[in-house]
Amino acid sequence: MYWEPEKECLDREDLEQLQLERLQSTLNRVYEHVPFYRKKFDAMGISPEDVGSLADLARLPFTTKADLRENYPYGLFAVPMREVVRIHASSGTTGAATVVGYTRNDIRTWSNLVARVLTAGGVTKDDVVQIAFGYGLFTGAFGLHYGAERVGASVIPASSGNTARQIQIMKDFKTTAIVSTPSYALLMADTLREMGIPVSALSLRYGLFGAEPWSDAMRKEIEGKLGIVATDNYGLSEVLGPGVSGECLERQGLHIHEDHFLVEVVDPETLRPVAPGEAGELVITTLTKEAFPMIRYRTRDLTRLLPGTCRCGRTGLRMGRVSGRTDDMLIIKGVNVFPSQIEHILFEFEGTEPHYQIVVDRKGAMDEVTVMVEAAESIFFDQMRRQKEMVEKIQKRLAQELGIAVDVRLVERKTLGRSEGKAKRVVDRRKL
Amino acid sequence: MLRIKNLESGYGRLKVLKKVTMHIGAGEIVTIIGANGAGKTSLLRTVSGLIRVRSGEILFDMRDVGNLPPEKIVFRGCSLVPEGRQLFGPMTVRENILLGAYPRFRKKDGDGVRDDIERIYAIFPRLRERERQLAGTLSGGEQQMLAIARALMARPKLIMMDEPSMGLAPLVIKDIFSIITRLREEGNTVLLVEQNAKAALAIADRGYVLETGRIIMEGTAEDLLSNRDVQRAYLGRDLDAEEKM
Repeated sequence: MYWEPEKECLDREDLEQLQLERLQSTLNRVYEHVPFYRKKFDAMGISPEDVGSLADLARLPFTTKADLRENYPYGLFAVPMREVVRIHASSGTTGAATVVGYTRNDIRTWSNLVARVLTAGGVTKDDVVQIAFGYGLFTGAFGLHYGAERVGASVIPASSGNTARQIQIMKDFKTTAIVSTPSYALLMADTLREMGIPVSALSLRYGLFGAEPWSDAMRKEIEGKLGIVATDNYGLSEVLGPGVSGECLERQGLHIHEDHFLVEVVDPETLRPVAPGEAGELVITTLTKEAFPMIRYRTRDLTRLLPGTCRCGRTGLRMGRVSGRTDDMLIIKGVNVFPSQIEHILFEFEGTEPHYQIVVDRKGAMDEVTVMVEAAESIFFDQMRRQKEMVEKIQKRLAQELGIAVDVRLVERKTLGRSEGKAKRVVDRRKL
Repeated sequence: MLRIKNLESGYGRLKVLKKVTMHIGAGEIVTIIGANGAGKTSLLRTVSGLIRVRSGEILFDMRDVGNLPPEKIVFRGCSLVPEGRQLFGPMTVRENILLGAYPRFRKKDGDGVRDDIERIYAIFPRLRERERQLAGTLSGGEQQMLAIARALMARPKLIMMDEPSMGLAPLVIKDIFSIITRLREEGNTVLLVEQNAKAALAIADRGYVLETGRIIMEGTAEDLLSNRDVQRAYLGRDLDAEEKM
């Protein structure tokens, strides 16, 4: 099943013509409307007129998360604010966040691309789709919501949390397709069992999961426990949100929507393209975004492009599952967390040492984060009550900043491991 | 059908088109919109062979037609309805139509030509009524119909129209545009250059926005119609005034 067969099965030559047209017009627009890009292009002595082929893309500068932060909040928008109908953000609520905008056309494009993902994953207008992503600044929920509406399915904006209620809804509303993070799907499966509800009491057929890395082993577990066919989909708010790529029912890699995104895979150290099929950092250039075009955005996600074509008939390139990150960003319950955000907050508190360790674990299906902080001697010898107050304060601040609950533990000085003078900041015990 | 890549052309030392890349598929109506002086007419003139290609390529039916003489390009199946009609005023309507069949004279296709004239009269009954009249005495709308009819006589695969609505009354523009829609229904492919972006986008499948010789936007007609830059610059909507209301 295709959503836009004429686009999804475009032959290579036509696709490349379209990509070049869109790349050139995008470059003309960003050069004209975004001072950041104009300055960068000028500094490199390159202008949009120098780009005459898709290969010329490699001559353009990269854009990084740091660039987005430096231009916080609206510096990279290519249209005036009056044309922006939606604003989303990722990672935190302070200056560390990256802010993205959408025009009316962008929202329509977004809906269409997610509709492709949903259709490829088995969803039709006859489905009842339960969206168990948090509705908010995070792009996941709204993206899938629009896509499902576009397909014509019945959408339940269940949002995240309150797992027992999710299951009640799933059962009573006869949900046929569930959308969430893969780890939340497992939690729902376990809760289902605890509640004593057999899978046969549900109407579930499909699951579309994304927003965090997962494995085929986890897929099998989810499929077995929920009795569904599970597909992976990928996106990031900086380039659109969900809808960049998604698996079809063949489940042989994620089909990239190449008529809207140009992708490259580069070596994160040398920034040169890797050999075809090799793993590296995914770099994305948007071809149709109006409000927030991105030129050569370094996603920090590690993946590879798969050779050959898929049996489903789609002609776009496929990418393998995202296998990890090139930076230290953690994805916890689908939320992006940088150790530096945590560090930043710890520095706000007197009585803690700048030594800390973030321990991420998975209890059952859910991620758990514990921040261990070395306490300064002065407070450690004081009474328990002050310590408790301190822990609570830090927990509250972290929850505010990160948007997820975090456990905090004060430990004695010099108890956290220091290897070769450099502390190991993150211990990730999750097994995917 | 038509595939243009990195096309550059101009007049003397003036470069008008800068790396223009675009395409038209068979059976499509594609429009190019843009302000005066954006390069729209230059683009059509370059594709027609009336201005030299400086760099880039023009593939028509997968064959390079860049810098072919204009008549060869017409022979290949790419006809232009020029800006300002460019009719032969002192000649009759029928004579003007027959001139359009010039590429077929050597083929001794007299019957075919007569059939085509009949077909054209079916589309433009007004031209049949005025068959013996001098072209110069026709109204603006009739002249535009005649210019289109003349181009059709070459049996083009692609028909390019430069500002067909220019100087016409709104009702007449409506007629002309419904004729363009009908041409497409009959299997023609149309490249339409227009300042009247609203009318053009209403009948087009896709469009490109040309600004100072560069394509700054492309998309479906629907996308372009709802783009606020396009609305402000080319559709004559005063968004400031609307918001205050």
